Amino acid sequence: MKRFRGFVIKEFYHIFRDYRTLLILFGMPAIQLMLFGYVLTNEIKDAKIAIYDPSNDVITRKITDKILSSGYFILERNLSTVDEIDPVFRQGEVKLALIYEPGFAQKLEKTGRARIQIIGDASDPNTANMLVNYATGIISNFLVSMNSEKVPYQITPEVRMMYNGELKGVYMFVPGLMAMLLMLISALMTSLSITKEKEMGTMELLLVSPMRPWQIIVGKVFPYVFLAFIDACIILALGNMFFGMPIIGSISLLLLESFLYICMALSLGILISSITNSQQVAMMISLVALMLPTILLSGFIFPVENMPVIMQVLCHFMPPKYYITIIKSIMLQGNGIEYVWRETLILMGFTAFFLGLSIKKFNIRLTS
Amino acid sequence: MSDITVHVEHLTKKYGETLALDDISFDVGKGELFGFIGPDGAGKTTLFRLLTTLLLADTGTGSVAGFDLVKDYKNIRNISGYMPGKFSLYQDLTVEENLKFFATIFGTTIHENYDLIKNIYQQIEPFKNRKAGKLSGGMKQKLALSCAMIHKPEVLFLDEPTTGVDAVSRLEFWEMLKRLKDAGITILVSTPYMDEASLCDRVALMQNGRIMTISTPGQVIRNYPLSLLSVKSSDIYHLLGELRDYPGVHSVYAFGQSAHVAFSAQKIEPEALSEFLKKKKHESVEITRIDATIEDCFMELMNSPE
Repeated sequence: MKRFRGFVIKEFYHIFRDYRTLLILFGMPAIQLMLFGYVLTNEIKDAKIAIYDPSNDVITRKITDKILSSGYFILERNLSTVDEIDPVFRQGEVKLALIYEPGFAQKLEKTGRARIQIIGDASDPNTANMLVNYATGIISNFLVSMNSEKVPYQITPEVRMMYNGELKGVYMFVPGLMAMLLMLISALMTSLSITKEKEMGTMELLLVSPMRPWQIIVGKVFPYVFLAFIDACIILALGNMFFGMPIIGSISLLLLESFLYICMALSLGILISSITNSQQVAMMISLVALMLPTILLSGFIFPVENMPVIMQVLCHFMPPKYYITIIKSIMLQGNGIEYVWRETLILMGFTAFFLGLSIKKFNIRLTS
Repeated sequence: MSDITVHVEHLTKKYGETLALDDISFDVGKGELFGFIGPDGAGKTTLFRLLTTLLLADTGTGSVAGFDLVKDYKNIRNISGYMPGKFSLYQDLTVEENLKFFATIFGTTIHENYDLIKNIYQQIEPFKNRKAGKLSGGMKQKLALSCAMIHKPEVLFLDEPTTGVDAVSRLEFWEMLKRLKDAGITILVSTPYMDEASLCDRVALMQNGRIMTISTPGQVIRNYPLSLLSVKSSDIYHLLGELRDYPGVHSVYAFGQSAHVAFSAQKIEPEALSEFLKKKKHESVEITRIDATIEDCFMELMNSPE
């Protein structure tokens, strides 16, 4: 036990004397959170639009008012001819153009039919799509309110978005960020610190000592369990304070699940370090083989349901996916273990599998 | 059995196609200071890694302090101290922290075995708060030796401890080894420096994975079959070539500023050689009869077919 303590103390010396490690450990969660929170937002707010309204009557003005008061759009320009649309788009500010047909109100009155053209700037297809949807939605709402007395039959869908009423991005990226950062810190840092011993030749000395290999490994990994756990708390706290990320369910269950996920990532890190001998290779494997799938295949950014079948199958082998499911369920829906036991078991399975494999791979001798 | 600490029979180790160790057998007695002398690539490091159980031999058996190299590797790791050829301490830890760490993982304390390392450690103790990475070469070696010694090992394996260390520190280092030997510790040390051979009780001369001879340094020299002249001249470059052509000469090697000329029997008279060289326009020719050094013996062994 004393040996183990001495070993862990040494490991903390390493960590606290290397400012780069410290920066990655504690700077990264904060920076990433801010980045995702403030910069990479895909919510629509104050998109600039241009309007061409040759008829300029009661109804077109009403519609324009509705659209501008929705909070999604602000009026950048009133166009005087249709030809101005292209140059306005090219300037890049305006994302959407509304064109009313001449004599809009009259036509609506007489024929019951009037046309609005919505033109989106599809050089950014996602945004264009979303803006068009918002605008269409506002217009059809307006139509319904206008017709409410005349039309005998009406089906009105009442949409309510449960668990994330305002469709906030934070609800998605805080869990994703936790999955990503904990994976990075745990797997990358441990695999680096173990391969560093190999590179420096100190692994030779440790192996020749009476320390058992598992003691060496546990000793190396232990500080990172602790640090990754602190990181998880930092992300949760920041997400809650700055972005209003709710934690409806039990915090202790959330932390326990995070702890399990950290252990899983650490065992993955151990596995990486047991099959590589240099820090560089370990870093490459951790970044390419872990980070990208974590970001792309975990459902963090791209919904798993939209992927081709092969990718969906692949997604089932991505541990972060289960972790994200678990913590979303706990944080947003307030679910208890009875709802996430299956994912928890899968994470445990992953941990056991990686640990078993790395124990099998770990050498009591030098492999060279 | 009891007076033999390291026993090795027919060890062979291959890296792929390369034969790193070829049928190595030797015994090292208890309390002996045993040297492995040979150039880089002779197989010294591989041999040490086999003996410290870091690698497995392809064939052959061996034991350290009666423990089998394969079966009892845990026991061997408990009783041996190892200093790898590359400086392998934690550069970002201070001198004292390194020592403390190695004491802890061997289940002891600096205090407990301080007497053993006192002589060595005292020299670097003034720098105990300095990071190990910032020490000079000589000080690093002293620290590494202290760390290898801190758990009072029965056997010390020192792989090229004096490589890259200045001459004064090398001498000091060997004096330290002598003291450790006097304390009853068996020491196996490897070195590429031939002049260090005479400081060992016995040496094994190694080349290309084979041991060419095992003997006391004195005996190695007495076994030298040739006579030697040291020849100096102002033009050492041409001297070497011309000496090789001289009748009766067996071999010529450059030794710093002079050439060592080896010849069998007593055929060569220094005076005649001197005349010969003067005719070849060599100035300030100096010829002296010398005794062979380990290096001369090594060169001879290297070139003579089995």
